[in-house]
Amino acid sequence: MTAIVALEAVDAGYGEARVLFELSLEVAAGEVVTLMGRNGMGKTTTIRTLFGLIRPTAGRLWLRGRDRTGVAAHVVAREGLGLVPEGRQIFPRLTVEENLVATASTRRGANWTLAAVHRLFPRLAERRRNLGDELSGGEQQMLAIGRALMTNPDLLVLDEATEGLAPVLRDEIWAALATLKAEGLAILVVDKHLEASMRLSDRHIVMEKGRIAWAGRSSDLAADRSLATRFLEL
Amino acid sequence: MTRALARRVAALLLHPATAIVGLALAVALAEAFGWNFAVTLATRAAILALAALSLSFVIGQGGMVSFGHAAPFGIGAYAVLIAGEYGIREVSLLLPLAFLAAAAFAVPTGALALRTRGVYFIMITLAFAQMAYFVFAALSAFGGDDGMGLAGRATFAGARFLRSDGNLAWLSVGLLAAAAWVLHRVVAARFGFVLRAARDDEARVSALGFSVYRTRLVAYALGAGIAGLAGALLAEQTAFVSPALMNWHRSGELIVMVVLGGSGRLAGAVLGAIAVVLVEEFLGGVTEYWKLGLGLLILAVVMSRAIDLRALLARIAR
Repeated sequence: MTAIVALEAVDAGYGEARVLFELSLEVAAGEVVTLMGRNGMGKTTTIRTLFGLIRPTAGRLWLRGRDRTGVAAHVVAREGLGLVPEGRQIFPRLTVEENLVATASTRRGANWTLAAVHRLFPRLAERRRNLGDELSGGEQQMLAIGRALMTNPDLLVLDEATEGLAPVLRDEIWAALATLKAEGLAILVVDKHLEASMRLSDRHIVMEKGRIAWAGRSSDLAADRSLATRFLEL
Repeated sequence: MTRALARRVAALLLHPATAIVGLALAVALAEAFGWNFAVTLATRAAILALAALSLSFVIGQGGMVSFGHAAPFGIGAYAVLIAGEYGIREVSLLLPLAFLAAAAFAVPTGALALRTRGVYFIMITLAFAQMAYFVFAALSAFGGDDGMGLAGRATFAGARFLRSDGNLAWLSVGLLAAAAWVLHRVVAARFGFVLRAARDDEARVSALGFSVYRTRLVAYALGAGIAGLAGALLAEQTAFVSPALMNWHRSGELIVMVVLGGSGRLAGAVLGAIAVVLVEEFLGGVTEYWKLGLGLLILAVVMSRAIDLRALLARIAR
C-alpha cells in the first residue's frame, strides 16, 4: 500500500546546523505511529520537514507516492496532513467556533464538520463562544486537535499533544485519539508517554541525534523494556 | 456613577464610526453655514483618512509595513489626470480606473516585495515608490516634474456634480465610510482571519493549508486600490497632480497617521488622519515649523505609553 507520507533519506536543519541525517520514515493509511526520543533528538524538526516548513537539504518527501519535496507548507496541508503543533498554538483572539470554522476544509469527501468535532469533544460545544485564551490547557489541546480535524486530514500529526496536561486530561486526549484510530484515521504522534502511546500505536520509531535508532512494532517495544531504558530515559 | 457615564461617553466618542460620522456632521454644518474653508478641510481629512485607512489595513491587519503607499495614492491621482487628457471625465469611470491602476501597480511590485521580510520589505516598497516617482517625473506629456492641472472637475452621469465642493466632500466621506465598512467585513471574514493569523505566525497558518503569500498579495493590492481612490479624490479636490504625491515624505505621513491612530485598529487611522490634518491646518497657520508640533504629539502619545491616539484620549477621559 502506498504510504500517505514518507521521508526518504532526508537531511534537514536550520541554516548551517544540520539536525536530521538521512532520515527515512513512512506512515500508511489507517496506521498509528509514535515518534519518540529524548529532547533535542530532531522529532519536531522531522514534523516541520514533513509539513514543508523546513526544506530538506537532501532526500525526498513523498505524499501518496508523489514527490512533493520543496513544495510550500500550505500545499502539503491541503494534500491531507493535519498538524496539532507543539504548544497548541490556537488562535487566542478567536472564539472556539471561529478557530474551528476558519480552518474548515472544502476538500471533496470531507467528513469532519463542526458537529463531528463537538461529538468528539463535547466540551468544545459548551465553550464555543469563549475566546481561545479563555480555555484551560486541556480544552486548548482539544481545540487544536479539532482545528486540525476540520482540515479533514488523511493523516493527523500531533507534536507533544499531551505535554503539560493533568493526567485526567491526558487520558481524555488519548481516548479521543483511540476513537480516531477506530474510525481509520492515520495518526503520527510525537509524545513522551510510553505506556499510553504503546496502547494506541501500531509502530514506534525512536530517534537519536537526528537518526532513527530503533523502529518496530509497539508490541516489540513492550516486550523488551531495555529498549526504552536505553533510548528514552535520561 | 459619574465615572461610569464618563467612560461610556468616552467610549462613544472613541468609537470607530464616530470619527466618520463627525466628518459627515462637519460637512453638513459647514455647508449649512456656508463655511467653504471647513468644507475643504473636512474633504481633505476624509481623503487622507481613506488613504491612511487603506495603509492601516495593509500594516495593521496584514503585518506588511509598506513605506511606499504614496505610490498607489499618486497613481490613482495620475489615472484621473491621464484619463481626463483623453476625454474621460465621468467620475463613475474615473474612480474604478484609479482603483484598478493602483492595484495593477501593486500586484507585480507586491509579488516581489512579499518575498522579503522585515526591514527588507520596508526598503523594497520604498524603492518601488521612488521608481514610480521618477517614472512620472519623466512623463513630460503630463507635466513631468512640475505636475499638471486638471482640465476641470469630473462629471457624474454627464452632470457637473463635482463642481460643488460640498458634493465632493460628501463623495469623499461616503467613500471613506464605504471603504471602512468593506475592510471591516473583509477583516471579519475568513480571508481576514488568515491575514491576521499570518501576521502573528506565518508557519502555523501555512500548516493549516492557507497560502500566506497569496493572501497577503490580495490584501496588498486591495489596500493599494483604495489608496488609488484617495489619490483620485485628492486630484479632484486640488485639480492638480504632480509626482510629489508619490514622494517618500507622503508615505511617511501616511505611516504617521496610522501609527498615531493605532495600527491594530482599522478605524484608528481615520482618527490619526484627522489629527494630522488639524495639526497641519491650525499649527501650520501659526508657524512654518508645524511638524515640530506633530512630533510633540507623537512623543506625547508614545511617552504616555498609550500606544496610540485613541488609547491616549481614552486614558485622558478616564
